[in-house]
Amino acid sequence: MKHNLILRVIAKLLIPIIVLYALYVQFHGDFGPGGGFQAGVIFSVAFIFYALVYGIETAERVMPESVLRILASLGVLIYAGTGVATMLLGGNFLDYNVLASNPIAGQHIGILVIELGVGITVSSVMLLIFFIFAGRARQ
Amino acid sequence: MIDNLLNITLLAFLAITAFAIIRIRNLFAVIMLFGIYSLLSAGLFVVLDAADVAFTEAAVGAGISTVLMLATLALTKNHEEKPPAHRPWLPMIVVLVTGAALVYGTVDIPSFSDSEAPAHKHVAPRYIEEGFKETGVPNLVTAVLASYRGFDTLGEVTVIFTAGIGVLLLLGRRRGRKRGDEDNNET
Amino acid sequence: MDFIFGHYNYWIVIILMMAGFYTVISRGNLIKKITGLNIFQTSVFLLYISIGNVEGGTTPIIAEGVEQYSNPLPHVLILTAIVVGVATTALGLALVVRIREEYGTIEEEDIHKQDESL
Repeated sequence: MKHNLILRVIAKLLIPIIVLYALYVQFHGDFGPGGGFQAGVIFSVAFIFYALVYGIETAERVMPESVLRILASLGVLIYAGTGVATMLLGGNFLDYNVLASNPIAGQHIGILVIELGVGITVSSVMLLIFFIFAGRARQ
Repeated sequence: MIDNLLNITLLAFLAITAFAIIRIRNLFAVIMLFGIYSLLSAGLFVVLDAADVAFTEAAVGAGISTVLMLATLALTKNHEEKPPAHRPWLPMIVVLVTGAALVYGTVDIPSFSDSEAPAHKHVAPRYIEEGFKETGVPNLVTAVLASYRGFDTLGEVTVIFTAGIGVLLLLGRRRGRKRGDEDNNET
Repeated sequence: MDFIFGHYNYWIVIILMMAGFYTVISRGNLIKKITGLNIFQTSVFLLYISIGNVEGGTTPIIAEGVEQYSNPLPHVLILTAIVVGVATTALGLALVVRIREEYGTIEEEDIHKQDESL
């Protein structure tokens, strides 16, 4: 696969677009179809594509497994942390109304933050699983 | 009308693909057919007005699942399923009886796309009428997912995280590689 | 005729469900079993989305001039279920890989034979 010129050039062109699209799906999920789950999967697909074309070692240098492990737990932490933050501000667990001065703005902030948490966890877990399977084959 | 036609055709294709998956013994072909199956169901979700779900199914089912299954196939180096030793009559009878019971159960279900069905009368009208006013998010699926049922979604994210840890524990690289080598020599 | 078209979705869902069930209980190959499990799972997704569909409704994204929306609740449940499904499938596949490493086979019968001969 290392010498497949066409694949490598096309991959270079496509990967930034896939990542950009993932970010669009992530942050436009409030208005169109999309959200953290889809964005996370699409984001990890970009990296899997990179790993398939340029080799697992190169991809692991870009996104080491240790970082992925931390990111996977960070996403859940952001999500649960939002819940704790709303409790500290006097609301119920995950009641975003208290996050800003008016309820609608609070809901917007809350939904954006927890979708980010979902996206981070989903993308890093998917990548982690792929790297583990691929790494097993190399041993 | 065109919706119904697409619905019927795609469902028929799904059934055909499922039977092909049962019949075919070459595992590589089975996995590819499973990718097709996922893509067909994603198309069906679009026809059934579930854009978000279709999006997810296309990315997950046809993308990641297939890649993971191919990775497993590469690791197990087993490309052909063994033919069954005897005709599986017992599973066939169990499946037919269960299927007949389930079909009997559908007789009482409100017919497809009936707007008077009990499923649409409980909390859904509230989500549709108040969702946009209360959360300011036009995509009701996101509103319900992140706001009304936020606690539910937290559970789902935790399940994904746990599954990741499970895979890491089962297949993750061993730290003490020397000891692992000795183990291999013993066996 | 109305009855048949009104229940066609459910019947196909049941056929798919039973196809998946049959694959799980009758086939010995572990990868095939997981494929069967996934077919079963997708049939449940289809059941939920079919129930959520409303005559003349559209995708539940608020837009001007649209009165009738599909039920968003099944969409939410299934959306998360799909992603959780792939995570659990990965876990199952990881188990298959470990079994293959220990037993040298992924056929159920051979695994049983090895267990009995111990």
